[in-house]
Amino acid sequence: MNDQNPVTADMTAQPLRPAYDLPERLLEDHLTVTACYQCRKCSGGCPLIFAMDLLPDRVIRLALLGQEDLVLKSRTIWVCSSCETCTTRCPNGIDIAAVMDWLKEEAVKRGVAVPQPEVARFHRLFLDSILAGGGRLSETHLLGKFTLFKLGRGFDFKEHLNNAKLGFKLFKRGRMKLLGHKLGGQARAEVEALFKKSGFSL
Amino acid sequence: MKVSYYPGCSLEGTALDYAASIAGVAPLLDLELMELEDWNCCGATAAHSINHQLALDLPARNLDLAQRAGRDVVAPCALCYNRLKVAEKARGGLKDIQVWDLLEFMTQDGRLSPLAEKVVQPLTGLKAVGYYGCLVARPPAMTGKKDYENPQNIEKLLKVLGAAPLDWSFKTDCCGAGLAVARPDIIDTLVNRLFERALAAGAECFVVSCQMCQANLDLTQERISQKFGKDYYLPVFYFTELIGLALGHPEVEKWLDKHLVDPRPLLRRLEIGF
Repeated sequence: MNDQNPVTADMTAQPLRPAYDLPERLLEDHLTVTACYQCRKCSGGCPLIFAMDLLPDRVIRLALLGQEDLVLKSRTIWVCSSCETCTTRCPNGIDIAAVMDWLKEEAVKRGVAVPQPEVARFHRLFLDSILAGGGRLSETHLLGKFTLFKLGRGFDFKEHLNNAKLGFKLFKRGRMKLLGHKLGGQARAEVEALFKKSGFSL
Repeated sequence: MKVSYYPGCSLEGTALDYAASIAGVAPLLDLELMELEDWNCCGATAAHSINHQLALDLPARNLDLAQRAGRDVVAPCALCYNRLKVAEKARGGLKDIQVWDLLEFMTQDGRLSPLAEKVVQPLTGLKAVGYYGCLVARPPAMTGKKDYENPQNIEKLLKVLGAAPLDWSFKTDCCGAGLAVARPDIIDTLVNRLFERALAAGAECFVVSCQMCQANLDLTQERISQKFGKDYYLPVFYFTELIGLALGHPEVEKWLDKHLVDPRPLLRRLEIGF
């Protein structure tokens, strides 16, 4: 961690005041960040640290200290690939990957400016593509919508050309279908009801 | 033996080859896969990342279908399997049925020795590393797996098929999975490391059971080669494709033809089937 990093620079700039709301809410969802004794095994085994701004043990420590702003705005929670290595190895049984998920969901709910908008957008479009298929994901629908999102953020000729080439190769091999298998009738209605219950909206 | 089958969305799309090879080899293993009717997407990484409720409810609907069908249910996709297990835990278990990942199901005790008797084309000289990825094993609190750090199913299978499985330390390391589209640069770093470590172990190919792993190792190989100035040639087989190959299934070439890294030059050099 170096001080070029806006998150950690912010951390060193002012004294940290512990708050209890966040760890208590996590505990209600059985996420026991309070059990952490900072062995850092989670960070030691994490394959994604090269892309993170806070190491996983820092996220847990800051969550324990109630530093909502720092953890909710961190890049770490969005580049975590949910490989479950940290959760598997934590000697205190903290479901660290689930803490990352909890924080992502909370960041979305609160409308926090996500430092990884493409990841957050991909997740939302993914869910929207399930809904569009009546309960089954259409990969083509998802990739089409995500490409439009990327185009809206700027045109990278090389990237789009490479994606188009890859798409064509897959299409030629039958691995990319224009029309996915959609569910209808009762099944679709059941899945739509689950989406409604969950409060999902794009 | 009849068993419920939950293929998952990508087996209808980018992992058609996996789906076809599973359908092809199941009868050779005396398995009848009964696809759950009107199954739905498990919600995958997207749901568990931003909507906890959907991440439990979507797989739960599939568990209801499996419960009604009354047979053990098998999932070839590691993430589908994982989400089914999490939903199973959340509801406090299933009644008289069990959720399996396809690899574990096909390589469980008692299934490998009958398989050995059916091998007509041993995969002699095929130097391979088994690459399990993350979610068939982790977290063990959900999957119930015992050898989650160093699984052996693929190695045992490869020995039965006559191949030469190699040991390496990255068999359960992450390929980046669901970040493939949103952050391909992350995939490049992770997968390049897998390529390097596999080559260092002396491998000439990967054997996988997860279609996300397959996609991230196969579809990206040309891009990663260019990015890192390498000339990687490491075909990525599904374990079911190798079962089909060793047991002389007539349609193996159709499955392999869908890969972007064509395995046929390797197989021809080793004089295995082509």
